[in-house]
This record gives sequence, C-alpha cells and structure tokens, in this order.
Amino acid sequence: MTQQRKAVALISGGLDSLLAAKLVQEQGIHVAGINFFTGFCVEGHTHAIRRQSGDKPKRNNALWVSEQLGIKLHIVDIIEEYKQVVFNPKYGYGANLNPCLDCKIFMVRKAHQWCQQNDFDFIITGEVVGQRPMSQRKDTMPMVSQKSGAEDLLLRPLSARNLPATLPEREGWVDREKLLGLSGRSRKPQIALANRFGFEEYAQPAGGCCFLTDAKYSSKLADLWQARGSRQYELDDIMLLKVGRHLRPKPHFKVIIAREEGEGNFLRGYRKQYLSIDSLSHLGPIALIDGEVDAQDIELAARLVARYGKGRDQAQVEMEIRTPAGASYPLKIEPLTAAKIPEQWLL
Amino acid sequence: MKPVVIDARRLLCPMPVIRVQNRVAELSAGTLVKVVCSDPGALNDIPSWCRINGHRVVKSSRTEDEYLVVLQVGEG
Repeated sequence: MTQQRKAVALISGGLDSLLAAKLVQEQGIHVAGINFFTGFCVEGHTHAIRRQSGDKPKRNNALWVSEQLGIKLHIVDIIEEYKQVVFNPKYGYGANLNPCLDCKIFMVRKAHQWCQQNDFDFIITGEVVGQRPMSQRKDTMPMVSQKSGAEDLLLRPLSARNLPATLPEREGWVDREKLLGLSGRSRKPQIALANRFGFEEYAQPAGGCCFLTDAKYSSKLADLWQARGSRQYELDDIMLLKVGRHLRPKPHFKVIIAREEGEGNFLRGYRKQYLSIDSLSHLGPIALIDGEVDAQDIELAARLVARYGKGRDQAQVEMEIRTPAGASYPLKIEPLTAAKIPEQWLL
Repeated sequence: MKPVVIDARRLLCPMPVIRVQNRVAELSAGTLVKVVCSDPGALNDIPSWCRINGHRVVKSSRTEDEYLVVLQVGEG
C-alpha cells in the first residue's frame, strides 16, 4: 500500500495559498494548514476594530479558506519571536519597514519545524515567481528554501514548473505535470483557476497581508521607535498603530484620536493604560495620550482633540480628562483651529 | 459539569481563537468550554475553528458589548 503523504500549507487567507493547497489536495495528499500571527497581520484586527456595523461578515479568512478546503488550521502566535525579524532583518527592508525575505524564511523555517514535530512530509506555499519584489523573485525563492532549512521539501504548486523539482515531485508523491508554471504579477491565471475549482468568493488584499508593507503604518512605527529611543514594541503598541489619527504635537507625547465609533470603542478599552480625553459638552471622539505629560501638554492635547469634535467652531468646549487610575476631571478649552495644527504633527 | 472559562475580552482576531485552540489542546473530549469575548468577529471565528477541528458549538450569544461562545471539545 502506498504511504499517505502529508503536507502542511502556509495559509494566509488569500487566494494564492488557497489554490496552492487545493492543487496538492487534488493529488491525494493530506493537507493541513498553518497560519502565523505576527501582530502586523491585516487580517482580522482591522475589520474587528472598524466598521462594526458594516454588512460584510467579520471573518478570519485563513479559517474561512481552511473550511473551503476541508482542512484543519493551526494558528500560531509568533508575536515575540517575530520581533527579531522586524528589528534585525538580515536581508533588509523593502520599500517600508517590511522585512519580506527574512519573514518568509522565518515562516517556512517554523513550518518545517512543525512538519518534523508532527510527522508531515513537506511544505506548500502560494508563492509565485515574480509576484512580489523582495521575497518572490526567481533569485530569492531558492534562498527561502535554503536558508529556512526546508531545502527541497518546500513546494510552490503555483510556480513549481518554473523552479527546480522538489523532493515530493522527484519521488512522485505529487505529479509535477499537474502543477503550474505561473509567474509575474497578473492575477488572471489565479482567478481562472479559482473559477475552475468553483471558488466564488476569496480575499485578495491589494497590499498583501501585512501592515509593514504600508507606508503610513511604517512611518508611525518608525516614529514610535524614535520617540522611545529604542526599536522595541509590545502587541498593544502595534495594535494602536492600526487605529485612529496619530498626531505628535511635541516630541515626548502623541495623541491617538478615534475616527469612528468602532475605533472609539477599541480605544476605550485602553483607558486603564493611557491618559484619555473625551468630549463632555459636544459630540466628539475619544483620544489617548501616549507619553509623559504635564498640565500644559494635556491642555494642548484636549484642544487638539476638540478640533475633531462637533464643538470645533465654538469659543469654548468642555472635555473630560481621565487618568489610567480612573480619576477624571472636566477641562474647559478653546478648540484648535485647523491653521494651528501643523501638518508635521500628523504621523 | 462546570465549563472551563476562557476570558478573551479585549483580544482581537485571531487571538481569541489562539487562546481557545491552545486551551482546548489540553482538554479531554466532552469538556465544555465557555469563551467570553469583546471582538464581534469571535462569533464567526470560533465556530469556524470548531467546525474545521471537530468540536461542537453548543451556544453562542451576545450582550451589548460582549460575545459568548460555549463549545464542547470533540475527539480531535
């Protein structure tokens, strides 16, 4: 009897990993999914924070993809370990603070370890030659196989015929002829394949699945490191960078102002960690102050927050200042005018 | 039998699922698990995770700002 071969697929929740896993599953391979949570994933959090009353279901696409495939999914929290990838990427950053090549090597290495621990035979990714400028190039894709330690156990079903045959292909566990030779950034072949498999709904995030590829997000992270004098972060820090307007009126503090109700609810959850500002006399957003502040700073922050409330054109509005310990007091201030908010405050 | 309670409040997707996944791995089949969340996405994600991993959702409900899922651990 032939041995049932088992593959673990890196499932991001996007179309490529769905198709890659499906292609291998079609060949009779038992597939399980693995999904790594770095803290920078676009997936999930942003949807959970914003548009709370939106019509679209607030689903996790990696779970949804796994359901479509009928496979188990193992979600792995790599927040702590991943920091070293972000702080010291051996192969550098991309256009922003995205360490894509180091990231891919790291994730494939983790998947390879998982394979060894769980008696799986090989790894599948949805990578396509030429699709991403850093980690998915003809010259860097072999590096990922090599530097991760996965070597020829890493199979990219969508691009396999553009790459040297891997062990699963050489050993006949999978038929190379039934794998694809996609390359480039066009999405048309993937969409055609999705139609062939009957997948009508799938996620195709335009900027990938990581906030570090986003210029604005990266600039806020760089600001955080500069303000703190070291390249460190905790999960709450990087979550808060995804939410609200961030303005830094002075080097030693910044103000995070909710842009809508969902963000307001999210920021409210941090009132025991940060000094917060709410509007008393008019409707307005909640805001957090990040940094050590004195009375003058608090007044400036309150005036700034009032600028984004309904009382922005009033001579005076009343705000509520709340300390992390729960003590609160009212503060009457004059909202800042738009002209008094320098562009460089906005991160 | 009293359910095992997982407090996943203030955690956003996928952290509530990770908490459930890691705790359930330590429990035997048949155990009831009650998960309390503040992320509305948990009402989709935890049942979805249960379906693909062979666990059963016994109940899910919401109050004004909290979401509750009760599941029964499957054979795995």
